[in-house]
Order: sequence, then structure tokens, then C-alpha cells
Amino acid sequence: MNRSKTYQRKKIVFFCMASALLMLGLIVRSGYLMVCQSEYYTEMASQLHQRERYIKAARGNIYDASGTLVAANRTVCTISVIHNQIRDEEKVVSTLAQMLDLEEAEVQKKVEKYSAREIIKTNVDKEIGDQIRLCQLEGVKVDEDYKRYYPYGSLASKVLGFTGSDNQGIIGLEVKYEEYLKGTDGLILTLTDARGVEIDQAAEERIEPVAGNDLHISLDVNIQKYAEQAAYKIMEEKGANSVSVIIMNPQNGEIYAMVNVPEFDLNEPFTLLEEPEEPVTAEEKQNLLNQMWRNGCINDTYEPGSTFKIITMTAGLESGVVSPSDSFYCPGYKVVEDRRIRCHKVAGHGAEDFVLGAMNSCNPVFIEVGLRLGVNRTYEYLERLGLLEKTGVDLPGEAGTIMHKKENVGEVELATVSFGQSFQITPLRLLTSVCSVINGGTQVTPHFGVSIHNADGEQVYTLEYPVKEGIISEETSSKVREILEKVVAEGTGKRAYLPGFRIGGKTATSEKLPRRSGKYISSFLGFAPADNPQVAALITIDEPEGIYYGGTVAAPVIASIFDNILPYLGVEPSYTEAELSAYEIGEAQVPDFMGMTVGEAKEALQGTDFDVRYIGLAEEEGQSGKDVVVTDQFPLAGEQVQKTGVIILYFQ
Amino acid sequence: MASRRRKRPEKVRRYYDYSLLVAIVFLCCFGLVMIYSSSSYIASLEYAKSDGAAHFMIRQAQALVIGFVGMIIISKIDYHFYKHFAVMGYVMSVVIMVMVNYTPFGIERNGKKRWFGIPGTNTSLFQPAELVKIALILALACAINYLIKRIDNWKVIGLLLAMVAPPTYLVIDNNLSSGIIIFGIACVMYFVASRKKLRFAVAIGAVAAIAILFVEFGDTLVEMGILEKYQLERIDVWKDPAAYPLDGGFQVLQGLYAIGSGGIFGKGLGNSLQKLGFVPEAQNDMIFSIICEELGLFGAGCLILLFVFMIWRFMIIAQNAPDLLGGLLVVGIMAHIAIQVILNIAVVTNTIPNTGITLPFISYGGSSIVFLMAEMGLALSVSNQITYEK
Repeated sequence: MNRSKTYQRKKIVFFCMASALLMLGLIVRSGYLMVCQSEYYTEMASQLHQRERYIKAARGNIYDASGTLVAANRTVCTISVIHNQIRDEEKVVSTLAQMLDLEEAEVQKKVEKYSAREIIKTNVDKEIGDQIRLCQLEGVKVDEDYKRYYPYGSLASKVLGFTGSDNQGIIGLEVKYEEYLKGTDGLILTLTDARGVEIDQAAEERIEPVAGNDLHISLDVNIQKYAEQAAYKIMEEKGANSVSVIIMNPQNGEIYAMVNVPEFDLNEPFTLLEEPEEPVTAEEKQNLLNQMWRNGCINDTYEPGSTFKIITMTAGLESGVVSPSDSFYCPGYKVVEDRRIRCHKVAGHGAEDFVLGAMNSCNPVFIEVGLRLGVNRTYEYLERLGLLEKTGVDLPGEAGTIMHKKENVGEVELATVSFGQSFQITPLRLLTSVCSVINGGTQVTPHFGVSIHNADGEQVYTLEYPVKEGIISEETSSKVREILEKVVAEGTGKRAYLPGFRIGGKTATSEKLPRRSGKYISSFLGFAPADNPQVAALITIDEPEGIYYGGTVAAPVIASIFDNILPYLGVEPSYTEAELSAYEIGEAQVPDFMGMTVGEAKEALQGTDFDVRYIGLAEEEGQSGKDVVVTDQFPLAGEQVQKTGVIILYFQ
Repeated sequence: MASRRRKRPEKVRRYYDYSLLVAIVFLCCFGLVMIYSSSSYIASLEYAKSDGAAHFMIRQAQALVIGFVGMIIISKIDYHFYKHFAVMGYVMSVVIMVMVNYTPFGIERNGKKRWFGIPGTNTSLFQPAELVKIALILALACAINYLIKRIDNWKVIGLLLAMVAPPTYLVIDNNLSSGIIIFGIACVMYFVASRKKLRFAVAIGAVAAIAILFVEFGDTLVEMGILEKYQLERIDVWKDPAAYPLDGGFQVLQGLYAIGSGGIFGKGLGNSLQKLGFVPEAQNDMIFSIICEELGLFGAGCLILLFVFMIWRFMIIAQNAPDLLGGLLVVGIMAHIAIQVILNIAVVTNTIPNTGITLPFISYGGSSIVFLMAEMGLALSVSNQITYEK
């Protein structure tokens, strides 16, 4: 039997020590990984384990000037599937396809996709979402979510704008005030296993969402509605392409209404107003949608035409190159350099003073004023009135002014500019500049946003806009107002005349480019009351058919809008004696018609202004009116009614 | 020493290393707990219809019971009795290895043909590499004991090499790491028996030089055709596992995430996240990473110290073995445990390039634990033959 030798024992100890040392070395190595590198690997590991799930924040509401909700949220559901948790695939596919109205093949594809979470459909009505939840299908998740909802549908569609499927603003105020409205999404951090399945027992980290702030705007739903109706009416009557109306407060720049008909439905922003007859490509459809979404008041420019004469007038009066009593003569044209620029009245207006020239909207008068101003002064005033810059309105995509370069302006260009041709501006730019003229010389920034309130209704910000006072003198301002009031009272704008109110304004008829195409833009810019303007409005009618004169087509629309909104805005009518008699304002007593024949009734109505309806009277008998007599009348005899009120007479 | 010496000079008392036994029992139980912790989630998904979460633990426990009974029986028999089985065991292990490698008795699992089983039924019985380890320890101990007088003779060295070569080659064929362990065991046993020192120092130096050569000049060696491309890839992955997060580096990287997120005291038993399918086969080769994640540096350190303690017990037994045969047997077993523990932990902590090695007593593996317990029985048997007087 061999005994172990000493050297062998030593070698055993040596090996043993070496092994122990190596193992201790591995403890050190583990310690290095677990202590020094711990932070790095922990971070890497939690990136691997944690899945983020967002909780959408409720988007802020938008309220109009009277506090009416114009953009709100509606609860909708997002339906998604988690591949690994699905037990009964067939049932999931058929149920989802049926309930969500989708192709089975499409759902099948998504269900089979190996991913942590596959979204089947978003923006599903809450009712359907609840039904799906009741089915208790394993692996199907129903998450509640918000969808933008616009209670007024198409009202002010191009102003308010809408949001996309991710609840982000796409156009209009929804884009401009995105940062206030959107809120902060919440977050759920869940732990998942290697296949992406959430671990039930694991504690979730949850960051609550913060709801977006509410936006209060100056737009007034009632004014907007009325203006929209009026715009639709004139668009249909005149077969126009589109009609835009802007109504704003000239004193502070708050916009009460901005209409661009045809408007589109904000709740269905991706549905074209008229489905194209032939199928279009996605790109073409997007172009059509963009066209539909355009806000003509600020996105498009046009040649303003005669309404721009207000600016020339202001510059002329302010600089002193012309005074209201200056005399002019219009032979029907004016020769500038080698060009003969015609007046709209071919026969000419003859001798007239400046005020009359303005009332006639006489081109030669304004050409003369423009030439007297000269290039430098004209540009100085264009600049002073802000016409060369954007208005700074709180809507995205405002178009800039397209104006001649100053160094390229000769007399001909100057002449055309002075009556509003050969350059382009946006309707809002024109109205805003006119506002600063008529409000006494204060440059205002047109805007919708008034204040921002948090979700609890407390005001957190007041939105402020640049204001510049004294850009023209109060004296000039009042002269311009006076002249413009005369334009409406006696001149080309007389169809905008509204008894009881002092209205100032200017008409325009701009021929669209290319000239001689027979396409016009009729417009009217009006404000009231003329002595202290509380409201200013500009209507542009694109390509009216038939009569296209701004004074004939556009002015009455503004008159009808003012008729309704001025009392609403607290501007009460005050009639002059002349108006009272001329416009038959006042009350009268209803006579007693009972037992009268038609002839007798008509006799009794002589000298009154009642609007009489005869009911129960055959047409031929009406002519003769022998035997039948009035058996009933409304209103009853002796009642006080409007002088022009309706009286109904019932015959047997 | 654990046992007390009583004053009974007339009686010869037998020693039994209870310290080692306690360490073994503790490690096995700890292993069961960790197997359950690291495999229960995956098992509850994959074996939902049979055993559920306890699938791996139950099977390991069954093997442990068999192994434990076997260990006690083996330890109670004088180890000299096993000398008679040395040749038979050696021949049998080689025959079974041949059968596994070249006949349908070899069963393929996870792309590696490492299992001995019944042909056609796909039922695997055990991994013969484990049998080779114990058979070779026994055979080599007997051979060295027989040839000890001329141990440093080159002819003897050649003879011993000829003996070690066939089983090593057969194992290396589809299980490189087990082959390395087997060869390592043989080297350590010869190192202990041999009088010489210098030649071992030279050999270790040469191995280290080759390793450095592979690491530093791997590209050139591949061009020269000495190193295979996949071997170089393993070295590249080892250098920067994060650069190969999906291919070769996946397992190591996931293991490192687990280890690193453990910190000093770990996430607590059962709270590992990496075991939820991130670390592949968490209950197997990579179990040490889950231990690190759940028990932290403290738990991992204690485990390694327990292995150090075990090595120390083997050393005590080897030193006091009644004869060279017993000493060499225990040295072989010690070498086996030491090499396997060091390699496994070094792989998991990305200290050396990746190769599949299980952690003794802890990793899941039925046949491995049964043979390991048999080895422990052998070591205890040697300890049981130590006698002392007084």
C-alpha cells in the first residue's frame, strides 16, 4: 500500500489554495459587476423589463365669448389585442370583426402578429367598447380614450380646426394653442416578461395625466352662426365659389366671427364636401382636403380693389396732400405716363370734390391722390398701417402681402396700388388695417384667444397682443369715418344702409386675374356705429354669377348681418325723424275688419303700411270680392302692432 | 476536525467527514430552492397541463433522493472495494461514449448529441460525460497508484495519456467544456502524484501563452486556418457582449443584466425579473446569475465561500487518506468540483468566453446530480477509512 508522500501533500495544498484564490477572485469579479456596474446593468435591465403605456390627457375645451362650449371631448375606446394572452383566437377574430365592422382577414392578420400590443381600432364608440368588454375575451384590451368633439359641427370649422387620431391639433386654433390644450399624458410603467406579457403581481408605476387647459376665445357662436347663414344665403343666390366674412371689434382686435363658406364638418374632417366622381389617389385626396380646410380669410390673398381706397384716403388726408373739399374732375379715365387708366364709370363722374369722389369710388380721384403721395410716402403709410406685414393673428398659415418692390414702383404701379389693384393681401390684413384707421389710430392685432383657464376653471393666463397707438391722428380717423359713412348713406355703399344705425363702409369689385375673364370678387367693408366703431366687417364673395358689383351684392349682406348683431352687441338703434317716416317705423292700431268684403277691407287699408294676407279667398273671387266677408282677423281690432306688421284676414 | 476524539485508546475509531456531508446537503437543498425560483415562471407556462411551476424542482428532487441514497451506500463501503470496478468502469464509459457518438443510442437535445437513451423512443437516460468523469477518476487513481514508482518516466506519462485520450476525445466531440474538465481532472491528479514542478509551470505558461495568442491575434490565426471562425466569434463576444446583443452575446448579456441588477443584497428570493424568459435556461448553466440577482453579492459570495469550504474539506480528506489511492480519488473529485465551479462562475460573469458548464449541486440536471452524489459518496468513503487512535 502506497502512502502519500510529503511532496504530494504539498501539491494538494497548492492546488487547493490556487482554487480558493481563483474563487475569491470570482467573488471580487462578481462584486465589481454587482456594485460598480450595478447602476448600468440595472438601467439596461429595467429598459428591457419595463413597458410604457400612455394614458392620454384630456384635451382642454374651447369656449366662445359667451362661454358656450365649441370644442369638447368625448370618451371613446381603443381596442387592442395582446397576442400571447389570446386563448380562443377564432372567437376573438369573429367577435372583433363583427363588432368593429372590419374585415375578418384584417383582424386575423393583426391578431396573429407577434407583438406586445397590437391596436385593432381606435376611436371606437364607448358603447361598442363596453359591449366588447362584456364579452370578456382573453387577450383583448379595451382602453378608454378621448376624442375631440365639436358640438356645432361645421360652425367656424376653419377657425377652430380639428385634431387627428392622436389628439393633436391639425389646423386652426387647435394647432395654434396646442401647447395649452394638449395637457400632459400620463404614463403606466408595467413590468413584462421576455414575451412582453405583463406581470400581474408586479407593482405598476403610474404617473397621472394632467388635463389640458381650456381656451376662451372671442368668437361668438351667435354672431358666427348668423354670419354663416348670411354667407351661405348669398353664396347660393349668386352661385359663388365661396364667401368669406370677418367680423371683428376694431377697438381691440377681437374677432367675433370668421366665416369661410362652404364650411366642413369638424366631426368628419376627412370627408370631402363633394366626393369626387372618379376615384382619386391618396395624394390627390389630401390636396382636396387641404383645399377644403383652407381659411380664405387668412390663407389666401386677393386684389382688394376699391376697399383699399380707404387706405389711400387715410394716407392722403393724414399727409395733407388732399383735403375733403379738394376738387377733382373725372373724364372717365386718367392718363398716367403712357397709360390710360379707366374709371369704372366710362362716361366719367365729371367735377366732384374728394368726398364725392370717394362716394362714387372714382378711380381718377384716388390715382391723383396716390400720385400726390408719391412712392415714398405711399410706402411709408403702407408700412405704418401694417399692410406690408402679417397681422399676427393667432391662426396658423397666415399669408403675407404680395406687393411691388418699392424700387420697382413707377407712376403706373403707384396709380394701380392707390385703387387697390396690382398687389394682393389677405382679407384679414385689409380689415385689420382699416380697423386701426377707424378706431382713432391704434394698431391692433386681430385675435381669437382671450384667456386660458385650467381644468378647474381658474384663469391661468390672459392672452395679450401687441398694440401700437397713434399710427395716424384722431382727426384723420374721424374724417375717414365721416367720408365712409357718407359712402354708405348716399354713395356706392347705400345698400348697406340700415335705418337707426350709423354705418360706414366701402364697396369693391375686383376683377380676378387674368383680366377680362369675367370673374370677380365682390366685397364690402363696413363698420358701425360710424362715430365710435364697435364692429367692423368685411365680406368677400368669390365669383358671383350675374350682377357682381360689391355695392349691389356684398353690401346688403353686411347690412343684414349688422341689423342682427348690432342690437346683440348692445348697440341700440336711434332713428332720426326722417328715418322714422321714410322707413315706416312705429306702431299703428289695427282697424276692425269684421264683416267687410274684400273691397271694403282694401278701402279701409288705404294709407296704412300693413302687410295683409287674405285667407280662404279663391283667386278669381279675390279679383271681384263680391259676396264673401271677413269672419275673423288676426291680430284683433284695436291692438297696437308694428306699422308694417302682418294682418291676416279670414274669409268664409 | 469535526469529530471529537474520545479517550478510548484500545479502540480504533473511524472518521466520517460530517462537515462535508452537511455542506453537500446544504448545497443540494439550496440548489432545489434556486431551481424552483428560477424555473417556476417558465415551467408554469410550459408545463401548465402537467406539473406546473414545480416541474423542474420535482424532477431534481427525485434525482437528488436517488443520488443521496446512493451516496450514503457508497460512502459506507471501503473504497478499496471499488478498485475492482476501475477497468470495467473505464471500458464501459468508453463503450457508452462510442455508442452515444456513433449509434442511435445517442439522443440529441438542443442540437447537441450528449444523451444516452433508448433508440427510437427519444427517452434519454443520462449524460455519459458524467459517467466518464467518475470512471476516469477511479481508473486514473488506480493506474497512478500502480505506477507511482516510475511516475515521472516519460513512458508512464505516455501510457497515462493514452488512457486519458480516448474518453476525452469522445467527450470533446460534442461537449467541449466537459472534455476540458475531464482533461483538467487528469492533469491535476497527475500533478499531485508527480515529483516534478517545473514541467507543470512550463505547461501552464504555454497554455496561458496560447490563450493570449488566441485573444490578441485571433484574426491572424483564423486567416492561417489554425482557429475556426466560430471560435473567434466567441472570443469577440466575450470581449464585448453588448456588441452582439442578439447573436452570441445574448445569453451572457442577459446574465450580466441579472447579475448587475442584483446589487449588494439582491432583489430578494423569488424577485428576479431576468428569470422570466430573459435569461435562457435560467435553472441550468446560468443559475448563478439568478442567484446574484435575487440574493445579491452577499448571497453569491456566501455560495462561493461554501464551495471554498468544500474544497478545503476535500483537501483535509486527501491529506489524511489512508493511502495514495484514497488521496488521489479525493484529489480527482476536488479537481472536478473546483474546475467546474470556477469555469461556470467565470463564464456567467463573462470572465472567460462562453462555454456550457453547469454549477455543481445547484444547476438543474438529473444525471449530473446522481453521478455527482456518487463522487461525493466516494470522497466520504475515503474519509470513512481514516482511522485514529487514543
